Amino acid sequence: MDPAASLTQPALWPLTAIVFLPALVAAVLSLPIVPRGRDEFIRWTTLLTTAVVFVLSVWMAWPQLFGAAGPAQFRLGEPGMQAVVKLPWIEAFGIEYLLGVDGISLPLVVLTTFLSMLAAAASWPITKHVKAYHVLFLLLETGMLGVFVSLDFFLFYVFWEVMLLPMYFLIGIWGGPRREYAAIKFFLYTLLGSVLMLLAILMLYFTSDLRQLSPEQLLASHVVSPALDAGVQADAVRSIKDARAPVHTFNLLALAQIGQLPDSPFAAARVWGMSLEKWAFLLLLVGFVIKVPVVPVHTWLPDAHVEAPTPISMILAGILLKLGGYGILRICYPVCPGAGLDFAWLVCGLGVVSMVYGAFAALAQKDFKRMVAYSSVSHMGYVMLGLGVWSAVAGQEYRWDAWAQGVNGAMFQMLAHGISSAGMFFMVGVLYDRVHHRNLEEFGGIFNRMPVYSGLAIAVFFAGLGLPGLCGFIGEVLVTLSSWNYSRVLAVASAFTVILTAAYILWAIQRVYLGAEYKGPHGDHLTPITPRELSIAAPLVFLAILFGVAPQILFNYVTPTVNRQVETLADWTKRVHDAPAAAPAVAKVGADSAAR
Amino acid sequence: MNPPLNLGTLLTDSITNTLDVSLPLFRPELCLAATIVLLLVCRMLPVLRHADSAVVALGGVGFGLWYAWCDLKSLPAGGDLLAGRQELFTGLLVYDSLTAYVRLVILGFLALYIVFTRVSGIPDREDGADFYALVLGASLGMCLMSAANHILMLFMAVEMASVPSYALAGLLKGRKASSEAALKYAVYGAGAAGIMLYGLSLMAGILGTCHLPSMAVELAKVAHVGSDGGGVMVLSLGGLMLAVGLAFKLSAVPFHFWCPDVFEGAAAEVGAFLSVASKAAAVALLLRVAFGLGVPAASLGVPAANGASAATLAALGDTRHFMVYVVALMAAVTCTLGNLAAYGQTNMKRLLAYSTVAHAGYLMMGVAAAIAMAGVTATGTRDAVTAVAFYLGTYVFMNLGAFAIVAVLRNSLRSEEISAYAGLVRTSPGIVVAMAAVLVSLIGLPPLAGFVSKFLVFSSLVEAIASGAERPLMLVLLVVGGLNTVISLFYYLRVLKVMTFDPPPADRALEPFPLVSVPGAVVTGLVLPVVGFGLFWSGLYAAAQLAGAFAS
Repeated sequence: MDPAASLTQPALWPLTAIVFLPALVAAVLSLPIVPRGRDEFIRWTTLLTTAVVFVLSVWMAWPQLFGAAGPAQFRLGEPGMQAVVKLPWIEAFGIEYLLGVDGISLPLVVLTTFLSMLAAAASWPITKHVKAYHVLFLLLETGMLGVFVSLDFFLFYVFWEVMLLPMYFLIGIWGGPRREYAAIKFFLYTLLGSVLMLLAILMLYFTSDLRQLSPEQLLASHVVSPALDAGVQADAVRSIKDARAPVHTFNLLALAQIGQLPDSPFAAARVWGMSLEKWAFLLLLVGFVIKVPVVPVHTWLPDAHVEAPTPISMILAGILLKLGGYGILRICYPVCPGAGLDFAWLVCGLGVVSMVYGAFAALAQKDFKRMVAYSSVSHMGYVMLGLGVWSAVAGQEYRWDAWAQGVNGAMFQMLAHGISSAGMFFMVGVLYDRVHHRNLEEFGGIFNRMPVYSGLAIAVFFAGLGLPGLCGFIGEVLVTLSSWNYSRVLAVASAFTVILTAAYILWAIQRVYLGAEYKGPHGDHLTPITPRELSIAAPLVFLAILFGVAPQILFNYVTPTVNRQVETLADWTKRVHDAPAAAPAVAKVGADSAAR
Repeated sequence: MNPPLNLGTLLTDSITNTLDVSLPLFRPELCLAATIVLLLVCRMLPVLRHADSAVVALGGVGFGLWYAWCDLKSLPAGGDLLAGRQELFTGLLVYDSLTAYVRLVILGFLALYIVFTRVSGIPDREDGADFYALVLGASLGMCLMSAANHILMLFMAVEMASVPSYALAGLLKGRKASSEAALKYAVYGAGAAGIMLYGLSLMAGILGTCHLPSMAVELAKVAHVGSDGGGVMVLSLGGLMLAVGLAFKLSAVPFHFWCPDVFEGAAAEVGAFLSVASKAAAVALLLRVAFGLGVPAASLGVPAANGASAATLAALGDTRHFMVYVVALMAAVTCTLGNLAAYGQTNMKRLLAYSTVAHAGYLMMGVAAAIAMAGVTATGTRDAVTAVAFYLGTYVFMNLGAFAIVAVLRNSLRSEEISAYAGLVRTSPGIVVAMAAVLVSLIGLPPLAGFVSKFLVFSSLVEAIASGAERPLMLVLLVVGGLNTVISLFYYLRVLKVMTFDPPPADRALEPFPLVSVPGAVVTGLVLPVVGFGLFWSGLYAAAQLAGAFAS
């Protein structure tokens, strides 16, 4: 591709700015020209940067707000990748700077920019090494956003790892008493997962062969940019088809296309008696579920969440956990559909186990923040169940709409949990800043002392509980309904978890906010909520209500993409998995495309 | 019937060959040799006595670097990559893309190294000439190691690289630890050299030649005819003894014991030299030996296969199989033990010594993949050698950067204990960020150069698995490599933890270390490529691909 022409891609600068603006500001802030004493200036710069990035992401997601829609902005209702940016990076390996958003990633991008902005505002109480804190915070934001928009597996991995180090220091320097332990534990768990992911990436890369794809598929997966002239396109396609050696790729869309071929090389290759597809699925799954996290690899989460400072807990619970779910949805299932089908029981089972375990563990906690942390484990279980359930109906009655319901529910649950968990951590943080303890037993009577705060907090906790009319409800109910088709036991278990959730949240509300009088330490510090805190809490509560009342706002974005992915995979199941006997026609197509 | 031997023609031929072919391709080494002489002469002449020996050395190395760069650039990119292969000095040395690349790496390292030592001030004015003469002498040996094509030359080169290193280890004359390190190194080195020499003579005796490609042909004949009992046995024994010598230079387990002691006793500057240049040369030599003995000479462009048929040459598969097992086993053990042993270290130089050992393991994994894929897939072999070459290129900056920071901190803290670094971030954030970049790169996390190197080595292992070459073994190596990456996290991160989390000791009266200073600039200059090659590695990869061409 002509590099001069590719710099004029409409989405290049908006998407690049969204991802790299925080890193750029971080680089400038870290220079010695910014004196270390000017904390206020650094705080405001960071807040302003995150706000600009948020506005940019809203500009992409909601063009109507800014007048006529440009080519770089999101067109609602189109299921495919939009605003694709494609630049060569490392040509020897075909690694590209390939970015794009669709209905799955865009809402998560906006969630990330939004929560980052709130977390930046929530960082005012940080007084230790302010400059270093904000530099790391901004780097973290770049990493998170990069993961959501990369479509190249190598690039994805780079961003995935870029998050680790800032997070390690953010927990380890600004955290609570056991911060060093929590930080290294977080790093170790995640690194283990990412090394496994790297192995899977390499396996997939060396097994992939772009020559197997048809010209249409090459265009659809942006291996050959559809923006090029027809003649250039044809040349590019021909050069791939005529290659003598296999043409490997890191392009996630192309890997998905290859994985869904009837003669998928991932399914054919075998390692130690199991197909490579299954190995890759399992390795990737381990990498992602560590992030989600799922029982039994969740033990880093309570430590990290509890020890991290409030804004970082908000980011951890609100965004980092979603990366796991996003990875499973974006990579595991489309690239390894056969393995996804075979391991549906595993994904669903893990989901339900974490759901129930997390809820019971939350019930047992005495530490307010730890209880919220375990509630995250429980809530993310719904995401796993919703994602896993959808490929499972194959062989029985064929209902792709039930699968789609599950995945849509999982996506909604991720977004809703992003709002409610960040809110819950913030509410805990507000209390902790005042009384410097989090012991549930020593609270009580907060409502009388801080009525506005308590009202908002109770609303957020109810959203976490899944009260109808608030955002937590929609995702849980959709997931539970869809799992009924797969396994009634799991459906009953997930419905039962709602009761446990209600129990621990209501009990916590009762112990903290209700009661006659606050008798714990530092009672005289219980001042009313400040305007700054209010400006963070209010938007979260507003969104929790808005998405509960009008879930359509999110579904408008999510559903087209999710439905199409599910439909494609349902079709794949029918075509390739369930009917190998009736495959001659399909096999012929496959052979044709291979011959071409 | 050969033409009748005529001493005159023979002599003329030999002279023309030397003058026309060998010497022009030997210019970088000649530059080094001339610089050594110049350094020593400068001392004797009263006029030049006050010349700065670092400047003299840097000038000589600069010339060598320029020639090495020209040589690499004149290699035919693409097309017939073997066309550049030349045997020099009647087959004692070989000039090909690997020679050119490794020479460039060594000389490039040397240039950076001279600048760094000049700034860190370990060779004082008095010692400068000695120090640089020793360093250049060892480097000359290392260049020869990368080009050795004859086992006599191989032994000479190894000794030439080693002997000055023993003296370097004892550079800090007044310090007991330094002398002890030098003695230990010398004794170990002499032992290893002796064993290697014995192995080499066994092999030469059985095969009847010392020229590596010819040895490969003879080896193929032995392997093809089948075992006559003793021959194969003796050859394997000889091969293992040769491996001992190479493992010593690579500091591979179980011949690594010298490494932490020497690094701890010697100055950080010497550690940097031993861990980077010496390692690059040893890896190149390992590739030389493995491919020299294990790959049919015909495919290396040597026309005279001495009448050995293709079937005979195919019998070298067994040799390669043997070599892969030895190298892979050693790689796995080296990597794991190096990483585990690094845990308990409290001295930064000792920790870096074990880190060096572990990285030798990763490098050997790449070599193992290359040997495994030789004869199976040419592109795969090439990719694996490329990965190793790339690793060496980035390792220069990572390790030199790490040692440079240790040296700079030693100059201001007077200590090389990790605990002395506590809370350094409060006063000198710049140096801590630099250290973080280097250490995280050594862990192998993106977007730093160390990640790309590790990525390439792992990808060549996966490529070997995908092409079915020594599959179970490569799978084991891949798993071992992955796990090692995770366990290496602890000790590298602990250093960063001490630097950032821990409170500084109360009694430290340290002026903050400014990054805007000469040592700061050197450190920055070494660390920037670690980031740069992590983000944009196409250029270095293209150069490394040239090196990889030697194997295809």
